[in-house]
Amino acid sequence: MEPLIIEGTPKTPTVRFDADEGVIEIKGRSIPENSVEFYKPLVDWLEEYKKNPKDKTVVNIQLEYFNTSSSKCILDVFKKLEAIHKAKHDVEINWYYEEDDEDMLEAGEDYESIIRIPFKMIEIVE
Amino acid sequence: MNFRIEDYYADRLGGDVLLAYKGSITTDLINNVLDTVESKLQDFHEPSKVKKKVYNVLVESLQNLFHHIDDLPDEYKDQFESRFGILVVSKDKNRYRISTGNFIRNDKIAYLKEKIETINASSKEGLKDMYKHILNHQKLSEKGGGGLGLVDIARKTGNKLQYSFIPFNEEYSFFNLDVFIDEEVKKTVK
Repeated sequence: MEPLIIEGTPKTPTVRFDADEGVIEIKGRSIPENSVEFYKPLVDWLEEYKKNPKDKTVVNIQLEYFNTSSSKCILDVFKKLEAIHKAKHDVEINWYYEEDDEDMLEAGEDYESIIRIPFKMIEIVE
Repeated sequence: MNFRIEDYYADRLGGDVLLAYKGSITTDLINNVLDTVESKLQDFHEPSKVKKKVYNVLVESLQNLFHHIDDLPDEYKDQFESRFGILVVSKDKNRYRISTGNFIRNDKIAYLKEKIETINASSKEGLKDMYKHILNHQKLSEKGGGGLGLVDIARKTGNKLQYSFIPFNEEYSFFNLDVFIDEEVKKTVK
């Protein structure tokens, strides 16, 4: 399966989805006016990956900002990962947040409580 | 009483103004505003969490504006540009204020007012539940709005949303929203 690589912009994150390594990464800012367009290829890729995932998938989410339009799309990404987890594959989710950024930590906790896969909360200390 | 945009705008220019704009709210405008405010915030001696909150709330406020502006009928075209809105970001004493204003059809007021009142009557915990419920159960609109913007703003600022609907004509009113972000971010009570 071809990896999905998207370079970041001031309003959209850097994406690296690699099926061979079992690594899913979203980093940077996600604040487009309409996020559906941006996230559709990500969700489609995961739908395909779900059919034949690695024994262990490592997910790294490291967002500086995201808007509420993106928040629903990010949940769609997590729902795909939840399905992989439910099919008895190992899914590790690392949620990174910058030092003191309680809002971002809380956002991670919100997702964790909805999708029911334990998150590893990792504070980035500068 | 006639609503005069100039008076409304002038009223909001108190304190230290980081940015003030009235005109068409477009994607390019949003990008410009975000860049400008972000670089201005860098000159302010604030903890990064306060700057982040201001930026975050600004993103939501602008995008709310972008998604919800109602256009006035053609006869006002020479008076107001299409997608007309107002934005003022200022700092007065110990708080940042983000003011947005836009025309809204009168038949939408009741719904919006109820939504804001519900948000303002909610505790921190209540807002968290409301946010998660909408996040998990409501579909994104075609325009990409999700009904989460105001809830998110209230959650992040910890302050009540201050608003007014100023009658304009039989069909339209001007909706004003003032959002405050305290310099001393309130301690999180879990």
